[in-house]
Amino acid sequence: MTILKHEIRQGRNSLIIWTAVIAFMLGVCILIYPEISKQMDGLSEAFANMGGFSAAFGMDKLNFGEFLGFFGVECGNVLGLGGAFFAALAGIAALSKEERGHTAEFLLTHPVSRQNVVAQKLVSVIVQIIILNAVAVGITALTTIMIGESPDIKPLTLTFAAYLMMQIEIAAICFGISAFIGSGGLGLGLWLAAAFYFLNIIANLTDSAEFLKYITPFGYTDSSSIIADGRIEIKYLVVGIVMTVIGIGAAFWKYGRKDIS
Amino acid sequence: MNAVETLLLTKFYGKSRGINEIALTVAEGDFFGFIGPNGAGKSTTIRILMGLISQTSGTAKIFGRDVGKTDVLTDVGYMPSEANFYHGMKVREVIKYSAELRKRDCTKEAEGLCERLELDVNKKISELSLGNRKKVSIVCALQHKPRLCILDEPTSGLDPLMQREFYAVLKERNAEGATIFLSSHILSEIQKYCKRAAVIREGRLLFCDQVENLVHTNAKKIALSGIPEPPKINGISNVENDGDVVRFLYSGEARELLNALAPLPITDVNITEPDLEEIFMHYYKEDDRDNS
Repeated sequence: MTILKHEIRQGRNSLIIWTAVIAFMLGVCILIYPEISKQMDGLSEAFANMGGFSAAFGMDKLNFGEFLGFFGVECGNVLGLGGAFFAALAGIAALSKEERGHTAEFLLTHPVSRQNVVAQKLVSVIVQIIILNAVAVGITALTTIMIGESPDIKPLTLTFAAYLMMQIEIAAICFGISAFIGSGGLGLGLWLAAAFYFLNIIANLTDSAEFLKYITPFGYTDSSSIIADGRIEIKYLVVGIVMTVIGIGAAFWKYGRKDIS
Repeated sequence: MNAVETLLLTKFYGKSRGINEIALTVAEGDFFGFIGPNGAGKSTTIRILMGLISQTSGTAKIFGRDVGKTDVLTDVGYMPSEANFYHGMKVREVIKYSAELRKRDCTKEAEGLCERLELDVNKKISELSLGNRKKVSIVCALQHKPRLCILDEPTSGLDPLMQREFYAVLKERNAEGATIFLSSHILSEIQKYCKRAAVIREGRLLFCDQVENLVHTNAKKIALSGIPEPPKINGISNVENDGDVVRFLYSGEARELLNALAPLPITDVNITEPDLEEIFMHYYKEDDRDNS
């Protein structure tokens, strides 16, 4: 618990900033929805008929003129991308920052096993991600009530659950990488999160690239299928869970036997 | 029981040498100095003892238990050569975090140490000079009263007064039964405080003995005034001549030297024990000759 508390305190500022920015953008987007929906009547069809562009963001399947449709696309970009970046940064820094800052010599020469260090750092990353998402849910609920919408709860819940899982997967993959690299890595984490995001867009654009949805965790967060079909695509989710387990397993395996430089 | 015991301890970093077949024994209660130039392998040895890196081959034990196991570290206080801590934390928080990681309440001991070392616990780590960061490191290494203190170049960055206070603390701990194992490249420090010492060079252990024995060799340091060069007898080495005084090391029969000196026009004589540094340099030169 000592390391967990320390980690959360160390990451506090970063968490507050990321959460505040994401919550603010999410809130603003929802608050302007009534304004948009008024002008949406003719536009909705236009949005759905922009070919590749519509498909890339799932707008061909979602009705942008309905709150859930709007929310699926907008939320996908704000919470999806923002959360993914935060998760990647938190995950990749968790273990490697000790070596980068030469604090590993301090931490690991206390009577705490490496496995214990890894476990507490992992929990701290997940706790931070949960806090960020909880605030996002709260802001969504608050602003949705404020604009007088009462959307179907089930697809909304599934959307948030999928985003949470996606962020945990990205964090877990980066966490695994974190155990291998000695320093740096922040750039790699951001790059990875962005790459996953664009892989999903490519997969949306052409049918021949649909296999990419197995690779990117954004595959199962696609609001178009969650909101339109009312379920998370299980086959993509299973791959995501496997990747998460591999990432976490790799971190425990590597960090336990690593020479600290 | 031995506090530290290594056998054929070897570490290679890829193909490059770290240390080679180090056999080191430090008895419990010892005040042990580990001497060698930079890059000799002191830190490599210490990092293996602390479980930060694993050896390529050989064994290392602390109080009879294999290093690398977590519970070994309960009895150990460690001070790394570079004192780095978490940014944004205050000195007090770092010291408390260290105690919490050991699941111990060391508040009283920590306060005493901070007072003696004149360390301001309310400052932020990022505001501290190197010397003051070292002090934080000292408190973290000693506040839980460990049975074994492993200190990697502890005095670098400390001013002379602080060094004296630091060694005073170590001597007290040693008197209470704690084992002190410290590395240094400053020989006078080792000579002044340590009971036993080992010399490491290029990854190999050159010798390991009582500091007293290392100093009290047969060799004497001789300085003569009034003659330009030493007498021509066996056992003379390291001749230096600075104008009026000729200095050299002599290892041989005292009578033979005195007989040789008697007829010479000498105006002043000074015979002393050589210090560890001179023996050390002497040993290094010999080692170089053996190698070439």
